[in-house]
Amino acid sequence: MALAFAAPLAAETAPQDVAFTEYGSIEAPLIDSAGDPEEGAKIYADKTSGNCVACHVISDRPDAEFQGTIGPPLDGAGDRWEAAQLRGIVVDAKKTFPESMMPGFYKTSGYIRPGDAFTGKAGTEPLPPILTAQQVEDVVAYLATLKE
Amino acid sequence: ALPIMAETEPETTDPIVINGGEIELPTAVPAPAHLDGVFDQIYSGWLFRDSETQAMQLDDFENPGMIFVDQGIDDWNAVEGEAGKSCASCHEEIESMKGVRAVMPKVNGNGELWSLEDYINDCRTNRMQAEALDWDGDRMKNLTAAISVQSRGMPMNVAIDGSAKPFWEKGKEMYYTRYGQLELACANCHEDHYGDWIRADHLSQGMTNGFPVYRLKQAALVSQHNRFRGCIRDTRAETFPMGSDEFRALELYVASRGNGLPVEGVSVRH
Ligand code: HEC
Ligand code: HEC
Ligand code: HEC
Repeated sequence: MALAFAAPLAAETAPQDVAFTEYGSIEAPLIDSAGDPEEGAKIYADKTSGNCVACHVISDRPDAEFQGTIGPPLDGAGDRWEAAQLRGIVVDAKKTFPESMMPGFYKTSGYIRPGDAFTGKAGTEPLPPILTAQQVEDVVAYLATLKE
Repeated sequence: ALPIMAETEPETTDPIVINGGEIELPTAVPAPAHLDGVFDQIYSGWLFRDSETQAMQLDDFENPGMIFVDQGIDDWNAVEGEAGKSCASCHEEIESMKGVRAVMPKVNGNGELWSLEDYINDCRTNRMQAEALDWDGDRMKNLTAAISVQSRGMPMNVAIDGSAKPFWEKGKEMYYTRYGQLELACANCHEDHYGDWIRADHLSQGMTNGFPVYRLKQAALVSQHNRFRGCIRDTRAETFPMGSDEFRALELYVASRGNGLPVEGVSVRH
């Protein structure tokens, strides 16, 4: 358990080193340890981390109050997309969907007026990514379970 | 990719009927010409609020913002400063401010873009020899509220050409800039996705004709620049200061998107 909170291991890919395919997928997991779908389900609905629910609906998530309607419903996302594609979408959706409104969750620079989280004050790039490598893998593992 | 257009137009576009019919404010009007190809109709933010919040704006006794209007009128009549004057000493009754809110912000005689707050502070410092008020302080908001109500029902009609043009262009550029770590522009939320839900919030077109608004969440009047600051902060960006040139330009552009909607201030939002 304690290992998960230790300093980044050599086996973790830093945000600036992530390699995308031409269509925006990321083949290699960002970290050695496997994603935990249950943890991913929590991050998905957690206001202070993923908060994916701000924009997406998943029909069997009555626990997530007030689901957003900005993005498409994610029911069946695990049928539509390979893990590598889902990883690419979560890390930086604009590599898959140009101009997408969906933010990049494992991206740290290249912003206009980057802020220090939600303080409204200036932040210094590289910013901490919104999700850690492990959290991205957890969310990807969760999305892969969404079958119709 | 195809642009994602909101599919959720408001279900009804009933007017806001205030004080049992004394005042009727349309909530949907044809979009101004400069929004050709963007919007056909523009909508009051009131349409996107829940019915309880809406109801509070239907009666001036129920509208919590009206207390502050009264306080603003008291301030209008209060003598202050070395010159020994009040606003009323020169402008007489506050009704003389009818029409002012509908054309703000506007370019002043020196070619600068000024918001209502700037005109107020100009009179305070240069004509009353009194201290400038804080942009977002209670007294300033009370005065802007009291002045706005004088124009209630008049269509917003800010000038965007001539000397206003460069300011308007700058504001427009800001409106479409994707700020912050979330890389979101005003247009992502208020143009592409009005009518959609972003978590518990029902997105409106982000119009400013209702300002200053009484916001239930903050239990206070909220100025336009404060709202802009909040929306930019929520993109995990460094915001601009209230009263900055950037926010004046943005204020002009956003106001122009609402040209034709009636001045609603003081409106009630949650
Ligand atoms: C601010 C809005 C927003 C947020 C927050 C957001 N998304 Fe998205 N998402 C979108 C939009 C819009 C699309 C549609 C793609 C496009 O832009 O064409 C999308 C597409 C997707 C897709 C592909 C959709 C499909 O099923 O075909 C997946 C998967 C996805 N998002 C997952 C997530 C996850 C997981 C999170 C949180 C970690 C998240 N999204 C957060 C807006 C958002
Ligand atoms: C000593 C006289 C004087 C006092 C006192 C005074 N004003 Fe003025 N005010 C003026 C004059 C003169 C103008 C017109 C300036 C111009 O057009 O260049 C003006 C303009 C304005 C305008 C802009 C109106 C428009 O249509 O452009 C506003 C708003 C305003 N005053 C509000 C106030 C308020 C609020 C107070 C008190 C806090 C106040 N004034 C006190 C003389 C005064
Ligand atoms: C991430 C989404 C998002 C972005 C980006 C955003 N806003 Fe908003 N805005 C909201 C929400 C949510 C509300 C409250 C509900 C509503 O009225 O739409 C709101 C409300 C407003 C209102 C109040 C409308 C009313 O009738 O009370 C204004 C004005 C506004 N926004 C302007 C802007 C401007 C200008 C920008 C860009 C600088 C911007 N917003 C960017 C989400 C956003």
